[in-house]
Amino acid sequence: MTLLRVEGLVKEFHMKPPRGSRRQKRVVQAVSGVSFEVARGETLGLVGESGSGKTTVGRCVLRLIEPTAGTVEFAGKNLAEVDFEEMRALRRKMQIVFQDPYASLDPKMTVGASIAEPLVVQGIDGNHEQKVVELLELVGLSADHAHRFPHEFSGGQRQRIGVARALALDPELIILDEPVSALDVSIQAGVVNLFGDLQKRLGMSYVFIAHDLSVVRHIADRVAVMYLGKIMEIGDAETVYEKPTHPYTKALLSAVPLPNPRVERSRTRIMLEGDVPSPVNPPTGCRFRTRCWKATDLCAMQEPPLQIRAGGQMSACHHPEA
Amino acid sequence: MADKVLEIRDLRVTFHTPLGPLTAVRGVDLDVHAGEMTAVVGESGSGKSVSFLAAMGLLPKSATVEGSVVLNGEQLVGASPKKMRSVRGRLMSMIFQDPLSALNPVHKIGSQIAEMLRAHQSMSEKAALSRAVDLLEIVGIPQPGDRALQYPHEFSGGMRQRVVIAMAIANSPKLLIADEPTTALDVTVQAQILEVIQRVQAQFGTAVVLITHDLGVVARVCERVNVMYAGRVVEKANIMNVFEHPTHPYTKGLLASLPQAGVDRLVPINGFPPNMLQPPSGCAFRPRCEHATDACAATLPDLRPVGDSMSACIRANELTVKS
Repeated sequence: MTLLRVEGLVKEFHMKPPRGSRRQKRVVQAVSGVSFEVARGETLGLVGESGSGKTTVGRCVLRLIEPTAGTVEFAGKNLAEVDFEEMRALRRKMQIVFQDPYASLDPKMTVGASIAEPLVVQGIDGNHEQKVVELLELVGLSADHAHRFPHEFSGGQRQRIGVARALALDPELIILDEPVSALDVSIQAGVVNLFGDLQKRLGMSYVFIAHDLSVVRHIADRVAVMYLGKIMEIGDAETVYEKPTHPYTKALLSAVPLPNPRVERSRTRIMLEGDVPSPVNPPTGCRFRTRCWKATDLCAMQEPPLQIRAGGQMSACHHPEA
Repeated sequence: MADKVLEIRDLRVTFHTPLGPLTAVRGVDLDVHAGEMTAVVGESGSGKSVSFLAAMGLLPKSATVEGSVVLNGEQLVGASPKKMRSVRGRLMSMIFQDPLSALNPVHKIGSQIAEMLRAHQSMSEKAALSRAVDLLEIVGIPQPGDRALQYPHEFSGGMRQRVVIAMAIANSPKLLIADEPTTALDVTVQAQILEVIQRVQAQFGTAVVLITHDLGVVARVCERVNVMYAGRVVEKANIMNVFEHPTHPYTKGLLASLPQAGVDRLVPINGFPPNMLQPPSGCAFRPRCEHATDACAATLPDLRPVGDSMSACIRANELTVKS
């Protein structure tokens, strides 16, 4: 059953020129027509390099920023059409966990107060203290942590606090925006396991946004690969990782260093030239063509639509990999 | 075995903080051989960067540095600032995670590289500028002649890192220390920069120390690995042994916590790194180690040979036999 449906999502940012500059006003299209669905209890991984628009997609879904165009449907409701009060009620069901747990916690509030805040804001009655203890234990912390302040915790523990707060309102969807990128690997493993355990127990859906492809492979059921504001390839995670059909997916996967020297030294790598072009002035046609070794004139003239491939995934390429 | 370029012995670095003395590096022994790519891996706070900032003489005066750092036969601990200035950039260079902070925003790239050349060699400005363009070409910057006349803000992150590498190798140093050089870069650009470092190493015979937390990067480019934990080297081995026959419980834990294809559940290391203001007695990894015994609390273990590796675990031999 579909919980979240995103259709033709577009987000433009208007950048004012610096004062006194004669430069024209510029428009950055961070997300250009992105569509995907997330089923109940499913994890969709959203991967891409910086500037691919993955974080912007996450924020548009929650309406933390207003999309320029397109629809976001959550549990059958079009979020663009609901009024303020209804949106507020819907927000209970959709939460977000950010990358930097230190920045997302108020240093002057006890951890217990931070975790209980969503309950207060949403006007939920009942024993908040009891709920806070339950939440702390759910994320692998203990009841006496409620009276401490964020600075008393390590990075991994702080991220668990952020997760506890996101869980306070029993959400159906959690956007995880680079939730383990700031953590050391030995700590990261515990937090990644926690996400899996919580999903098994509580059945919520995740949109897991990350640039670390190995972590996404581990946690995601399906994965969407983004490049310059567009989805290049989307499908079952194992299929996309094992049999990528878009040249960008293939290059991206081959660039990820694997912690296995034998494999690392024997595999052939696709070395992409140059950097990601500026989203202010993206290439015509296929956005990846300027770095693609398969690009032809067709790629410059016509933007390839997402098409279904043999493995069942969709990719947007005129010359897909077999 | 190739010649030693750098020999660090019993290096200790102490910072004097308002909360008391903090010993971030607690007796590091480490060798770098000519022409080799050596990894120094460890998590945040393990002392990997501080060890090499100390070797470069780049720590603030308030930090106490003890022990021995011998570069190319010269002792650097206690060397005069003048001596250090002549060593840095000539015999040994260092590049960092954020290349923008290493570049002057108001000078052209070409003249910044030329300045580096003229600081250590007697060269005309014209010759230095033309050499700067050659260097930009070596690190793979297209149209180096035009790019040399541009400013740092006109370069992308990956291109800036190339510029900094060009600057670091300008005087053909014996040793290049790369401190998380690709951490801030996207993975496709990271692949390019690693390739540049490898190419430079091969072309100039420079020994490279790669400081990183990314074991994938280590697996790709390094020959020798030093694993650091809580201010000490806990395992020293060649690349294959580290990944295939790790001897220290921390190294084993680190490898087990990595997400890899076919692994269903990750195995984190319990607990978290020690507070270096009050490190635990004996082995610093003891509170997180499932094999710890009373004996581990009694002495600070030194590196000892275990198979072909060196391991700072008193139980390494018996644990290796078991597994």
